[in-house]
Amino acid sequence: MNEEHPIIKIEALGKIFSGSDGDFAALEDINLEIRSGEIFGIIGMSGAGKSTLVRCINFLERPTVGTVYFDGQNLSDLTKRELYHIRQSIGMIFQQFNLLMQRNVLGNVCFPLEIAGVDKKEAVEKAKKLLSLVGLTDKTYSYPSQLSGGQKQRVAIARALATNPKVLLCDEATSALDPATTRDVLMLLKDINKRLGITIVIITHEMRVIEEICNRVAIIDSSRIAEVGRVENIFTRPKTSAARRLVFPEDRSMENLPGKRCCRIVFDGNSSFEPVIAGMVLDFRQTVNILFADTKNIDGKAFGQIVIQLPDNELTADRMMEYLRAKNLTVEEVDGYV
Amino acid sequence: MFDPDVLTMLGRGLMESLYMTLVSTALAYLFGLPLGITMVVTDKEGIYPRETLNWILGLVINLLRSVPFLILLVMVIPITRAIVGTTIGTNATIVPLVIAAAPFIARLVESSLKEVDKGVIEAAQSMGASSMQVITKVLLPEARPSLIMGGAIAVTTILSYSAMAGFVAGGGLGDIAIRYGYHRYQTDIMLVTVALLVIIVQVLQELGMKLARIGDKRK
Ligand SMILES: Nc1ncnc2c1ncn2[C@@H]1O[C@H](COP(=O)(O)OP(=O)(O)OP(=O)(O)O)[C@@H](O)[C@H]1O
Ligand SMILES: [Mg+2]
Repeated sequence: MNEEHPIIKIEALGKIFSGSDGDFAALEDINLEIRSGEIFGIIGMSGAGKSTLVRCINFLERPTVGTVYFDGQNLSDLTKRELYHIRQSIGMIFQQFNLLMQRNVLGNVCFPLEIAGVDKKEAVEKAKKLLSLVGLTDKTYSYPSQLSGGQKQRVAIARALATNPKVLLCDEATSALDPATTRDVLMLLKDINKRLGITIVIITHEMRVIEEICNRVAIIDSSRIAEVGRVENIFTRPKTSAARRLVFPEDRSMENLPGKRCCRIVFDGNSSFEPVIAGMVLDFRQTVNILFADTKNIDGKAFGQIVIQLPDNELTADRMMEYLRAKNLTVEEVDGYV
Repeated sequence: MFDPDVLTMLGRGLMESLYMTLVSTALAYLFGLPLGITMVVTDKEGIYPRETLNWILGLVINLLRSVPFLILLVMVIPITRAIVGTTIGTNATIVPLVIAAAPFIARLVESSLKEVDKGVIEAAQSMGASSMQVITKVLLPEARPSLIMGGAIAVTTILSYSAMAGFVAGGGLGDIAIRYGYHRYQTDIMLVTVALLVIIVQVLQELGMKLARIGDKRK
């Protein structure tokens, strides 16, 4: 991995859609660098401009202003032919898989090779290798209509990898899948990133997808980049309100309550969730605000984390943290939440 | 009444009808298919938007389609004479048939191709497919079942148009039906020709549906 070398560089990019009812700026002043070998997430609410942004990366959508460099090349400078050629280095997968329904799995994976003019026999050989990489050898001759969503996405991944791309763009690639299948597909992408060194750009509206596999993330909010950084930093200390909305989608009151102390409690199965918080509230005769909770109950044991807002009184707040630590919980004060 | 002469005549009429229909269909597709593809591709949502061209072609198609076939038959007589050298008989009927059917086929093709999922086209473009490759490797193959169904509709419609050509001595079963049924009140011969037409339509339609279904991998 070369940390310094940006495989994709976006400068002052803007996209305006002109419709009958006036112009609409879908993207404004976007600046981004995606480094070679990383898994880069782009997250934002619906309509924020994520798909438009990712489509600007391979010029499926031409930016109205600004520049996109792919591997050092300014895409605006390319002729049509050169652009077609460079797109072979940028694989793309989609929420709806977009497989050719009238071709079987093998035919689908051979498709980009056919477009690139690769010899048929060579293409079939390559396609079979890729199908084994994504674990679908037994479906080689099936048609897409006979596959599950997860299998279809695997075919789409194999297809996107056929031309040995340097980058794989994933636009909501797991949004049509259930949680278990989502995890499988994400693990496959992670594996591909590691084994083949392919840079992956993941577009999503789900924080857990970002958490699961991304190194860095950009938050896009109403056509602009709100924040870019390492996932763990954004996740623990979101600076902008857009980031906070995404990290804690449940809580809407936070923005009105600045300056309060919060702490994160991590449950690792040693105690259960409700008695601890309930007991604390009873013992202290003080309520706490639960800002965020992501816990699972397995066999009566709690796993996950919650973030609570501590009472105003410094002393009570300190004592509450002590109380929780005494219960053998990992407790840490976090400051970026409110 | 069904003496050998009548049977021979019916047999010849049948062959003429089939000949006119199949040749006209083939020629009409020669013009209608590219026209339909052009309509889809140059649409403002298409892969090669050219709004003015699209508008002009659409207008031409609509104009041709709004002329009733019997009137078209008469209107194109000079063209028919210029191309075929005569204005009666099967070959002369093929000219107005093609002129009437090509725009109809263009619309059938257009609607079939518009059914192709936009996402699949986008996927192909993301792999670096040129517009031509999108047409030949995505639009046409993905729309195949629907195109075949359209083909069945086209061929049966052309058959019924060809029967109308009987009014101008165009040959085929329609010609016989009009000569015997309409001019000489020999209803039985007319009924037999109509029955034959019904059977051909039925067979062609079934065949088309079956072919479309066999070729469709969407299940
Ligand atoms: N071709 C277009 N013409 C006009 N407006 C468009 C076009 N494509 C996108 N938009 C508008 O641009 C905005 C951003 O769209 P985009 O598809 O990029 O959002 P998104 O972040 O991907 O949303 P989602 O999560 O729903 O997929 C939307 O308001 C959309 O209506
Ligand atoms: Mg989108």
